[in-house]
Amino acid sequence: MTMPVMETGPGGRFGAAAADPAFEVAPLSPRQVMLRRARGHVGLIFGATVLGLVTLVAIFAPYLAPADPYAQELSKRLIEPVWGAHGTWQHVFGTDGYGRDYLSRMIYGARISLTIGFFAALTSGIIGSALGLTGGYFGGWIDSVVVYLINVKLALPIILVALALSTVIGGSTLSLILILGFLSWDRFAVVTRSLAQQLRSSEFIAAARAAGAGQGRIIFRELLPNVLNQVIVVASLDMALDIAIAAVLSFLGLGVRPPNPDWGLMIAEGRAYMFFKPYLIVLPGLALFVLLVAINMLGDGVRDVTAPEGRS
Amino acid sequence: MLRFFVRRLIIAVLVAITVSIIGFALLRASGNLAVILAGDRATPAEIAATAHKYGLDRPLPIQYLDWAGRLVQGDFGRSLFTDEKVSDLIAERIGVTIGVAIPALIIALVISVPLGMVAALRANSWVDRTALAVAVFGQAIPLFWLALVLIFVFGVMLRWLPISGSSTPAHFILPSVTLAVAVLPPFMRLTRTGMIDVMNSDYIRTAWAKGLKPGRVLFKHALRNAILPIVSLAAVSLGFLLGGSVVIETIFALNGIGQLAYQSILRVDFPVVQAILVFVSLCYIVLTLISDLINAKLDPRIRLG
Repeated sequence: MTMPVMETGPGGRFGAAAADPAFEVAPLSPRQVMLRRARGHVGLIFGATVLGLVTLVAIFAPYLAPADPYAQELSKRLIEPVWGAHGTWQHVFGTDGYGRDYLSRMIYGARISLTIGFFAALTSGIIGSALGLTGGYFGGWIDSVVVYLINVKLALPIILVALALSTVIGGSTLSLILILGFLSWDRFAVVTRSLAQQLRSSEFIAAARAAGAGQGRIIFRELLPNVLNQVIVVASLDMALDIAIAAVLSFLGLGVRPPNPDWGLMIAEGRAYMFFKPYLIVLPGLALFVLLVAINMLGDGVRDVTAPEGRS
Repeated sequence: MLRFFVRRLIIAVLVAITVSIIGFALLRASGNLAVILAGDRATPAEIAATAHKYGLDRPLPIQYLDWAGRLVQGDFGRSLFTDEKVSDLIAERIGVTIGVAIPALIIALVISVPLGMVAALRANSWVDRTALAVAVFGQAIPLFWLALVLIFVFGVMLRWLPISGSSTPAHFILPSVTLAVAVLPPFMRLTRTGMIDVMNSDYIRTAWAKGLKPGRVLFKHALRNAILPIVSLAAVSLGFLLGGSVVIETIFALNGIGQLAYQSILRVDFPVVQAILVFVSLCYIVLTLISDLINAKLDPRIRLG
């Protein structure tokens, strides 16, 4: 079954111009317009580059890390980084209170943060979009249930519930992903719900319905592709939020457990020495900060490029 | 207005009931209460007796109704460790938490609203870019890390401010500033978009065309409408500040409800955790209800739509 009207849906707002015979010069396709905007968007390029680099570091951690991030050497405790008074090139970022190579721990830390952030955002994206699209598309009592669920979610203090759940179901990577995934789907639901409400009366949905498409097909094959850009924007912001909250949980001792090299946990461990070895909290904090800035800028950039009128 | 109020109130009550069920479920998921209450060396018979004494051998729905019934009367239960009333524990500490939350909100508003307004009026100027940079910075910086950096700079290097405890007003400066950084970005963004939308609207063009002075157009006509979403956000943020102060209170050793919640979580004192959870949620529900009513009062489209 073909759906020739897809292009004129709100996702293809530039396609509408192409259909107008008054245009003599062939206009750019939506994709070309977006690519042009993307190339000139400093924030997007910066965000994508940094996130790309951190992802590469995370994937190739075993090849990049100069030492075993878990290997303790008590004779080499608290060696300063290479720019410090007694720094050596053997431990570029120095060592921590157990004599573990700090650079190697930072490199492996990227793995934990990205894994938790990505899969938690994926989980909440699936939950939130499913709820939002269903509620917005069907309206009526189904929508009321969705709105009620969103309200309940918003009323829960996220860090408090996450801390409590983490003591109940544990602080493994999987449980952190599930906890954060189930606690941060609200923004997905709010955004997809209002988009679905706008789209459900549009012509291409009516056409799909007339062509005999079922409800499920309409939601997944017609609505979903048209809200995907906005979902990606929300997903990037949500991923940043998940990484930040996971770091908070680890910092408070209820997230990633020792001896894992998580940035939040490293800051907590470095806190005892922070007054005379500040690099122990500065380095992992900076890593976390730069990663979160990059993800936020990428998200803002994707929104500017796909829907510039939505900048806020 | 009454219709709107009643409908909104029903939703608020339903949400409150659901949150209390979640809180109750969390307490039950944390372990067998009778075993904890009976102590480490209790025999199975003693555990059974404790369970019976506290009514833990009854069906869960009955236990929930019993607990919720006492909750409605203001009885939040007792701590498993100190046997103090949780309502007393919260009452003792809520002052410190509010003492951090309100200044944080004020600092955030005082900086973000003017900044957002100027950014909107001078879109793409250096002010706009600075405002955006401030928003990105505040959104991305991990709060607990910012707190540690501020402690290091202002408490240890410069020795300007106290870094731990809550004995003088000066103790509240660093925690409030840290929290303000976290709540500032959404206010800034919302003011900016709100102002841009409003400034492009027909009635502002009319106001200019009538020859009104810029100050009157901006503050009497434009800001009045742009401020509506800010009111809602302020309510939501205050709810967030009450619940999100866990980290800040822990780092700055402030004896507020966030610190109480954290310590209770660590020692599995779940009646306290559950009570704080329900309390913070209720605060949020009431605050959003009030802000919705204010908005409906100010904007007829909301209550009639």
